[in-house]
Amino acid sequence: MPVVEEYCDIVVVGAGHAGCEAALAAARLGMKTMMFTVSVDSIALMPCNPNIGGSSKGHLVREIDALGGEMGKNIDKTFIQSKMLNVSKGPAVHSLRAQADKAEYSRSMRKVLENTEHLQIKQMEVVELLAENGEITGVKTYSGAIYHAKAVILCTGTYLKARCIYGEISSYTGPNGLQAANYLTDSLKKLGVKMYRFKTGTPARIDKRSIDFEKMEEQFGDPEVVPFSFTTDPEDVQIDQVSCWLTYTNEHTHEIIRQNLDRSPLYSGMIEGTGPRYCPSIEDKVVKFSDKNRHQVFIEPEGIHTNEMYVGGMSSSLPEDVQQQMYRTVPGLEHANIVRNAYAIEYDCIDARQLDPTLEFKNIKGLFSGGQFNGSSGYEEAAAQGLIAGINAALKILGREMIILDRSEAYIGVLIDDLVTKENKEPYRMMTSRAEYRLLLRQDNADLRLTEKGYEIGLISRDRYERLIEKERQIEEEVCRVEQVHIGGTKQVQDLLMELESTPLKSGTTLAELIRRPELGYQVLAPIDPGRPDLPKDVQVQVEINLKYEGYIRRQLKQVEQFKKLEKKKLPPDLDYDQISSLRIEAKQKLKEYRPVSIGQASRIAGVSPADISVLLVHLEQYRRNQEQSGR
Amino acid sequence: MNTQETIAAIATGGSNSGIGIIRISGEEAVAVADRIYRSPKRKCLKEVESHTVHYGYIMEKDEILDEVLVLVMRGPSTYTGEDTVEIDCHGGMLVMERILRAVIRNGARLAQPGEFSKRAFLNGKMDLSKAEAVMDLIQAKNEYALKSSVSQLRGALYDKITGARQEILHEIAFIEAALDDPEHISLDHYPEKLGAKLRKLEEDLIKLKDSFQNGRMIREGIRTVIVGKPNAGKSSLLNLLLGEERAIVTDVAGTTRDILEENMNLSGISLNIVDTAGIRTTEDQVEKIGVSKARAYARDADLIIYVVDSSTSLDESDEEIIELIRERKALVLLNKTDLDAVTTEEELEKRVGHPIIPISAKEKTGVENLEKALKDMFFHGEVSFNDQVYITNVRHQRAVEEALDSLKLVEQSVRDQMPEDFYSIDLRNACDALGAITGDTVGEDLVNEIFSKFCMGK
Repeated sequence: MPVVEEYCDIVVVGAGHAGCEAALAAARLGMKTMMFTVSVDSIALMPCNPNIGGSSKGHLVREIDALGGEMGKNIDKTFIQSKMLNVSKGPAVHSLRAQADKAEYSRSMRKVLENTEHLQIKQMEVVELLAENGEITGVKTYSGAIYHAKAVILCTGTYLKARCIYGEISSYTGPNGLQAANYLTDSLKKLGVKMYRFKTGTPARIDKRSIDFEKMEEQFGDPEVVPFSFTTDPEDVQIDQVSCWLTYTNEHTHEIIRQNLDRSPLYSGMIEGTGPRYCPSIEDKVVKFSDKNRHQVFIEPEGIHTNEMYVGGMSSSLPEDVQQQMYRTVPGLEHANIVRNAYAIEYDCIDARQLDPTLEFKNIKGLFSGGQFNGSSGYEEAAAQGLIAGINAALKILGREMIILDRSEAYIGVLIDDLVTKENKEPYRMMTSRAEYRLLLRQDNADLRLTEKGYEIGLISRDRYERLIEKERQIEEEVCRVEQVHIGGTKQVQDLLMELESTPLKSGTTLAELIRRPELGYQVLAPIDPGRPDLPKDVQVQVEINLKYEGYIRRQLKQVEQFKKLEKKKLPPDLDYDQISSLRIEAKQKLKEYRPVSIGQASRIAGVSPADISVLLVHLEQYRRNQEQSGR
Repeated sequence: MNTQETIAAIATGGSNSGIGIIRISGEEAVAVADRIYRSPKRKCLKEVESHTVHYGYIMEKDEILDEVLVLVMRGPSTYTGEDTVEIDCHGGMLVMERILRAVIRNGARLAQPGEFSKRAFLNGKMDLSKAEAVMDLIQAKNEYALKSSVSQLRGALYDKITGARQEILHEIAFIEAALDDPEHISLDHYPEKLGAKLRKLEEDLIKLKDSFQNGRMIREGIRTVIVGKPNAGKSSLLNLLLGEERAIVTDVAGTTRDILEENMNLSGISLNIVDTAGIRTTEDQVEKIGVSKARAYARDADLIIYVVDSSTSLDESDEEIIELIRERKALVLLNKTDLDAVTTEEELEKRVGHPIIPISAKEKTGVENLEKALKDMFFHGEVSFNDQVYITNVRHQRAVEEALDSLKLVEQSVRDQMPEDFYSIDLRNACDALGAITGDTVGEDLVNEIFSKFCMGK
């Protein structure tokens, strides 16, 4: 039978948040890119929560933006409410979260993809990976068509052998009843890829008209919205925002759940996949936090042009009748009409330790992957990996060095390092606590950290890069200036300090010293700083953070210095661990299996002890000395 | 390049003793031993069970070097983790050296100082603090130091540090959990709780840090300076304690012009004694240098022994010395009690706040009282190492100090009402510093340092 046969550079399988970033990055780097999806209408679909960002995820979005990704720009165009979270805490944990108009988000992203040069979208299921001698050569579709490619990026999300379940009802579909992809798993297994089965879930959607908002607390957006993208003009995001609503579960809710636990597929054993501990269903919360008599429930709009409301905090896989009872116990939801039931979804994904930190498979050259397929959860985590996979697939084809961000450079680095190094037995969610050096990895300085990298890669324009250089210069100059501005104890100064409830000056000081006082800051001191230049707000923010947290930043930089030492010790790819007699057997096995790129990565592998690392260090040192000697 | 050479050394100290042990470790250990061992029953060591003892002779050509017991232990259940053979021989230096030479001629090489421990460490047989304790053990000069090293080896220090580290880790985990799940984990009133916990931790660490001083005195000996007016009997005292004539003793005042340094062991406590020229105003150039040196030594000493001649009266020079020892750890020895007393114990008591011990260096009386006073002063009357952990290592001391500094910074952050997420930076530093002692924090600096120490010898 004659079949279609075509050639391209890169094939991207999947058009979710990972697939979109991967395809855009590849095409923008000049690669002829084919993007496959089971449904063009569901490009950049948000099948769960209607928001982008949030604690630590907001960091990811800003990093994606600084590297030249699309997510930040797209949410800036389509958000309907925005909030900076954790502002009462330190700047490291401030995080931006925006409610999206889901349909708009999807439509807008599709428009960008459709208008990107070198990028072709194709509605078709990929059923087989073609590989020769451990190297990918292309893919085969359900229709039998063959697409030859130099690299393939798998971003299959939750679609592989997907099954949706609530109560006793289950259907073999992807999210939102979309068609599952049932063949690719077998093809992967044939190539020797180790698969896991994970599960995740989503709450019900409720008709807005059936909700009594009087009984809930209204949650407003910020009066002054900060955009996600460093390229978005802050003026453009000061829009009329919609509200979200906060309510709580109660003992009655919990009682219903407890009574029906035996009907939950999670507890009856019908679901075998492992669910995320950090995004638990309401059943899990009731069981795990049995001492809590209530849990938060956020009612969030799914968009402007729909009455559907998302019930945040109450994902579930209980039967339909129990769901209805349960939701109706919540104040304000007494008469709630469910539009879509809550459900759990099971899907195939991989053990991501089969990947290099470049997101390329160790044993199948040219095959990359990102997103939930790698065992993560969340749109932002997916997009971040998709971006890196897309960049690296392109760089590899271009014969350039692939990029690896380390844990001290970006949350993206932490995310990928965790995925490819640690054993994840449940969907991996980004969290602030996972980043050791988070005071340096703030959302407010993502551009300062990563724009240069994005520029070198080729996804950031010269113009944008030059603007960043200018910003750096302004920050540096202003920090220098305020260190030198002398402030005497004049009446004006003392009055201002009194007004700000700060101790009056006993003797002269510098402006910088005053900014460092916990109760003061850069902006409030403007009246006593007549020589202050007119600087953009983001520059002022950086100046203040640099001064206020100087000591902490310095100590964290020192920690990074220590960390980098082990990270820089590269392990030769052909190192024969069996020959290092003093390594413990378990360590040898793990090191052989995962072939870490550096001593640093090796130290994070479970089963490799600090003593093993000392052995490796000594061995490397001996190796180096021997090389030196034989070189002489 | 990874096959370890087989190494050998005399495992017992370098002096004559009843029994001596030559240890051989490495892949070839058993083969090397086989080449020099003759069994009356024609046994071959390579065929014997592991962890067994065998009687026989060590031969060199046809000559019997010694009658010995040979212990064969195969790795990994050995000290180094490698195949190990120990030859128990008669303890004479000459015999031991001849056997060692035979071992080396037959395929082993002489071990570098600390190399057995290095291998044990490399083979995952001991953590860093244990490895360092072994170094201390090798360096230990007296039995208390030995006991302290042994208790470190058994992990008393390890347990203590691990305990403190676990507590800090717990706090970090709590803060992080609360940051990630503010709905379920509240940080209300946490700063106050943390503050209290920090103070408790700091107290523990300060105790450990201070123990370093004791630890050093245990390992290296108490730096002791003998001062007193010329001819008060300082040198006689030194000779009495040493039991030999080391200082020139005459009855001409000012005989000791040099500084004499001696290490001596007084009922298990090691003293590094410096005998100084008597403190008095002098025009003699040589003696002048001695006097100023004595003052300098007295400033750095752990202990000053002030010898007073009871047969003369106190004068200006004594005033000067009494000033010197004020606020310092010192013992006053009232010497020459065999002569008629001009200066009495009562009189001295009014002038100094230090213990006064009457002795007669000439009659050799009062030494027991001196010993007792020393123990009271330095080891609270009882030298017990079972329930007390001493830090004996400079690196450990530094690490504990670092941890303390970091905890103080956390306290400062609490006082400054910094957001809780800031605490973890310094908590982590404290944790890493302590981990550097237990080997839970791997830094290449540390590994380098340890190994340079191992290879430098002791």
